[in-house]
Amino acid sequence: MKNRRGGLLLYAIFYLAFLYVPVAFLPLFSFNKSVFIAFPLSGFTTQWYAQMFDDADMLRALGNSLEVGAITATLSTVLGLLAAKALTRYRVPGATALLGFTSLPLFIPDIVLGISILILLNAVGVPLSLVTVIAGHCLICVPFAITVLMSRFDGFDKSLEEASLDLGEGGWMTFWRVTFPLALPGIVSSLLLTFIVSFDEFLIAYFLAGNEATLPIYIWGQLRFPEKLPAVLALGALILVASAVLVVIAEWVRSHGFKDRHRMIGA
Amino acid sequence: MSDEAYLHIDRVTKRFGSTVAVDAVDLAIRRGEFFSLLGPSGCGKTTLLRMIAGFEYPDSGDIFVEGQRITDTPPNLRPSNMVFQSYAIFPHLNVFDNIAYGLRKDRLARTELNRRVKDALAMIKLEGFGARRADELSGGQRQRVALARALVRRPKVLLLDEPLGALDKRLREAMQIELRQLQKSVGITFVFVTHDQEEALSMSDRIAVMSGGKVLQVASPRELYEAPNCREVADFIGEINFFDGTIIGRDGELAEIDAPPLGRIKAKADGLVRTKVLVALRPEKIALSEAGVPGTIAAAAYLGERSHYAVTVAGRTIAVAAQNVAKSVVRGHAPGDAVHLSWEPEAVVVLPAEN
Repeated sequence: MKNRRGGLLLYAIFYLAFLYVPVAFLPLFSFNKSVFIAFPLSGFTTQWYAQMFDDADMLRALGNSLEVGAITATLSTVLGLLAAKALTRYRVPGATALLGFTSLPLFIPDIVLGISILILLNAVGVPLSLVTVIAGHCLICVPFAITVLMSRFDGFDKSLEEASLDLGEGGWMTFWRVTFPLALPGIVSSLLLTFIVSFDEFLIAYFLAGNEATLPIYIWGQLRFPEKLPAVLALGALILVASAVLVVIAEWVRSHGFKDRHRMIGA
Repeated sequence: MSDEAYLHIDRVTKRFGSTVAVDAVDLAIRRGEFFSLLGPSGCGKTTLLRMIAGFEYPDSGDIFVEGQRITDTPPNLRPSNMVFQSYAIFPHLNVFDNIAYGLRKDRLARTELNRRVKDALAMIKLEGFGARRADELSGGQRQRVALARALVRRPKVLLLDEPLGALDKRLREAMQIELRQLQKSVGITFVFVTHDQEEALSMSDRIAVMSGGKVLQVASPRELYEAPNCREVADFIGEINFFDGTIIGRDGELAEIDAPPLGRIKAKADGLVRTKVLVALRPEKIALSEAGVPGTIAAAAYLGERSHYAVTVAGRTIAVAAQNVAKSVVRGHAPGDAVHLSWEPEAVVVLPAEN
């Protein structure tokens, strides 16, 4: 019994180490003096951060990624909101098939998706730009948004919306006074999730970006130049911190959302 | 017509796919009436209520309130308000804002709004609860808030969808009395959906018994119990014994009916000689007495204020209920005792025979 528990503990430690030690290397080597990513560490420096902020291409790629991420997150959350509301609140003919088709992009390899969209855009003659990246990203982000928002809609009694109609509010005001505030935790989760999916997406962006680069594309390009690697690590460390902040915010919103503990199921 | 049918349901039919949820229902509900829709689950009572509220639209037929056709009116423009089965208290608003929710459109002055909500809180005896969150309320309190939120809009008709179903027995009984008193004092027409026959009997002015999407009988509680118009209604409301019978003769107002194993009985009934009928007799209308139809006690259950007996008469088991009025020895029967059953002719209900 004791041995088994020791084995499990070992497994857990190994697993967590595998998960987080590489991540810990990022900030560690971003402050290391040597250009080479190897032990022993050769001294503390912040020059890589300075170099990173001097790199106009990098900043431009970062700006592109933030822009693509923000627009993708907004668009796919709005589309997901409409779809989730329709699928959970109305009798939609072929609802199951509809849900299946919108979720399909989750199961198609991104490289296939990227190439097929590229072929389509070429055939139709649409020039590649950040707009095409946003379109591609929406395709893979909408299913996430629908899933997150549908579970939120299923989580509150639909008679709440009926009660609002019954009390004299029309459809639009019912949305703003009841549906939106109750769905807000789901909307925030969806925005964060789709933003992160878009922000670190590489394959589709690689095919559809044209001359512009998003951050992952830029980083991929930098890997050819060993002397630039430490600056990429510095960037990675900053993104890590930003992600941690986002996750904390998302978690806070989730736990401070409205807990309808007394919700009852209508017959 | 105007007083007779304040809320008029005119041959309303609603189908979901191939099932007919509400089947050509006609109802004339009077002003200020406490009207119940009673029936087992799936009988169409909730669908009918939701059509009155505007959440479902009839496939055919019309709904009128005070002579005005509201069949196609969206729910937010109807003169009715609803108390939902789940209460549907807005979880993101406090009690005050829940009750004030439906008043926002009226653009009342702040003081007038406050006064209306305060009056509503006083009406449901929850003064000082305005700032409470929805999840800080008990089941009974949530029920009252839902009631106040609907009544504060001064609807012409208040719709209640099994509002007491989620409460425990004691609270439910208290709320029945309170709800009835409230209805009398505000004078608003209540349409109350329930599957609980005792609840419907104790609260309603009139009851519509529904089954399979159809209204079987509309009557006062007393009439429904004493003079059901078919086997289903008689069976649904309270306990009852059924016997197949045949009219064999007439004796003035009364018909002579051969109803084995009771033998020849007399009861008020129309119908020619040789008409097949269904004879119904409530357990508490049957007395265990010195003379009458002989039988044997098969089982006895003492229930405090009354006792229930299963009496075997010529192979048939008949339910009998007796009030335990005094510590009477005569009333206390044990299994195996030989007894005689008797009843008054007016206690017998004669229904059309079933095919």
